[in-house]
Amino acid sequence: MTQRKGRLKAAPTVAILIAVVAAAASLNAQVTFDRILRADREPHNWLSYSGTPFNQRYSPLTQITTANVKNLELQWVWQARSLEKFEATPLVVDGVLYTVQAPNDVVAMDAETGRPFWTTTYAPAPEARTCCGRVNRGLAILGDTLYMGTIDAHLVALDAKTGEILWKKEVASAKERYSITMSPVIVKDKVLIGTAGGDMPTRGQVAAFDAKTGKELWRFFTIPGPGEPGNDTWSGDSWKTGGAAVWNAGAYDPETNLVFFGTGNPQPDWDGRSRLGDNLYSDSVIALDADTGKLKWYYQFTPHDELDYDATQVPLLADIQFRGKPRKVMLWANRNGLMYVLDRVTGEFLHGKAYVKVNWADGFDAKGRPQRVPGMVPTKAGTVIRPHVHGATNWQPPSFSPRTGLFYVAHFENSSTVAVEGEFPRANGINPRQTTMGQINLQNFLNNEDEAYGVVRGYDPSTLEPKWEYKMADITWAGVLSTAGDVVFSGGKEGYFVALDARNGALLWKAALGGQVNAGPMSYSVNGKQYVTIAAGNSLFAFALRGDAK
Amino acid sequence: MTRALFIIGVLCLALPAYAQHETASDIEDGSRVFRQSCANCHGPDGNEIPGIDLGRGIFKTAKTDDDLIRIIQKGLPGTPMPPTNMSDEQAKRVVAYLRSTAATKTTATTVGDAARGKALFEGKGKCASCHRVNGVGSRLGPDLTRIGQLRRSVELERSLLDPAVEVLPAGRFYRVVTKDGATVTGRLLNIDTFTVQMIDTKEQLRSFSKANLKESGFIPSPMPSYKGTFNPQELADVVSYLVSLKGRVN
Repeated sequence: MTQRKGRLKAAPTVAILIAVVAAAASLNAQVTFDRILRADREPHNWLSYSGTPFNQRYSPLTQITTANVKNLELQWVWQARSLEKFEATPLVVDGVLYTVQAPNDVVAMDAETGRPFWTTTYAPAPEARTCCGRVNRGLAILGDTLYMGTIDAHLVALDAKTGEILWKKEVASAKERYSITMSPVIVKDKVLIGTAGGDMPTRGQVAAFDAKTGKELWRFFTIPGPGEPGNDTWSGDSWKTGGAAVWNAGAYDPETNLVFFGTGNPQPDWDGRSRLGDNLYSDSVIALDADTGKLKWYYQFTPHDELDYDATQVPLLADIQFRGKPRKVMLWANRNGLMYVLDRVTGEFLHGKAYVKVNWADGFDAKGRPQRVPGMVPTKAGTVIRPHVHGATNWQPPSFSPRTGLFYVAHFENSSTVAVEGEFPRANGINPRQTTMGQINLQNFLNNEDEAYGVVRGYDPSTLEPKWEYKMADITWAGVLSTAGDVVFSGGKEGYFVALDARNGALLWKAALGGQVNAGPMSYSVNGKQYVTIAAGNSLFAFALRGDAK
Repeated sequence: MTRALFIIGVLCLALPAYAQHETASDIEDGSRVFRQSCANCHGPDGNEIPGIDLGRGIFKTAKTDDDLIRIIQKGLPGTPMPPTNMSDEQAKRVVAYLRSTAATKTTATTVGDAARGKALFEGKGKCASCHRVNGVGSRLGPDLTRIGQLRRSVELERSLLDPAVEVLPAGRFYRVVTKDGATVTGRLLNIDTFTVQMIDTKEQLRSFSKANLKESGFIPSPMPSYKGTFNPQELADVVSYLVSLKGRVN
């Protein structure tokens, strides 16, 4: 009896205390949309796929500089229990790092040590199919909730403290060959996500869900239906299964409330005879009203594509001086070998030019439509087309430094494909393995420069002229990070993680990681120490300055 | 009942080859695998499919442990029982666990009312001050949203009356004192030679380097016994409520 009294007396006090501290803690941990928008105010965190909704993948941290980057030292490695490519960029919120173990396990770990807090295993449905690896590129966070798209085309919400799955919604049917590999985009109280599957007979779409409940709020199909503008750019019923998937991160501009996504190839990929016309809005950037999902403008990079030139690069927004005037632009290095400056408010084409060897297009008309070179189409005998079907660049995220004003892109140079009518494009040259997809493990590299090589280049966004180049032997599927210490980080298939001088591209430091780099670097800090992470092989590596280094 | 006992008897006679190798840790492993792979369909007590009561040795077709192992691995064609990729050893451990449960009672003594139990859970019991169900309550203790899928009613009843008897690995509590004198307690998430990770009483994910700690170690679970708090009917009501928690309800 005494015991009972004692416990009853103590219990409410304990409960109140716990409730009070829980409320306080939870307030501290809330990642509000305002924090995501102004992530530059808290450079110790990394709150969205490319750092901010502008996708500049630029860290304002300054501890690591061009002078001391040579003193970077491995702090920890986290090995994923996965044999898939590691394409995810982690998020970091106040010392906790969140990432995805492919295909769809979510992991929370201590950002200082890489030791796990929790792992939530998500088993995708057996019918889940992806074109190019059972991969995931990362999470989104809002409040105390993490969001992940899955390869069985679901959107999953998880408690960031415990990993508990709060809800999951089917975005599209995995049985109908839809999947999701991109990181979701947070806009206000909504989670936006698109569907992959554009190499199969699908119809691309982006949908918005209520972040709290998972209720669908709007859906935009990237191929217009009958009666909608643009449906007449597809012959017959080809619009129903024309692809135009959305499988990479989007950007958001709060001034116009527009959200931007790149769209994928029209389907069938390498044979346009069954889908005559421009095939809108495949290979385009679409600007949607974030509240309603209504299309505000679009720009099509590759009309009537027959070479699988997905425009699913990460849209990068920047405010730059363009021809003597401040301009709100979107910078885009496209898989088709052309680089663009668009007005992100109106979609106006401002400037474009080839940034690698391109032979299918020769300039643009007044409205920015690429001028096709006659004969550069798939033929029975095969036509050598540049760049390669995998592109000049692909999904890997680029970077922009407001300090240097340069646009940093990791891409291939000299790549090409033999386009054959009605067939999967063939490799060009004597080495059929050239410019193949990224893999986990290192491979011996046997190509010469004429068959393609990898570069990181710093481009002047107003002229699209390269200011510098860092050249690699093999091609690269790595993203790029720039920092306020004027260091650019990147890597490639050779498995090196490199630090370059952001102003001239000089190699300052490198580490051999023993596996291919198929992800973008990011940076954060904990307890005053700046870290840089990169995934290579199936592991995530974190580097920081040696303890005694300045 | 007689038939069930007979089947159990037959099974026990048929299984000495495995029994002699079983250890407590084999059974715990089997329990874990059962909860992860079998309880979704069979329920935590193994009795949610009509005509089958795994925890009491009542099967539709299996006669021996070898039969059970084969069914676990290859499934039963034409039924919802799917094949698994379990190794021989894993399947043996599941069978060892099932046999161990036959020796314990599988249901709470009094029939409870889940709706009343929910009210007690949220009110008199103050369970939500440490536990979370469907996104409501504290994250400090183990989340109970799926507890009815994971634990048998007898185990839940025992946890309410004698919480210290069995604390699952994911429910252990830990305390650290840093060199500057701060004391932090919480539910342990991971421990290694050099570091400790936990969720603390403020529901923050915390990580400590042992080099920065003055003291560290396990502490008893703060889960109180409800022996004197709930009468037998109330206890049965709470157990019924917990058993009814089979996953997220949106």
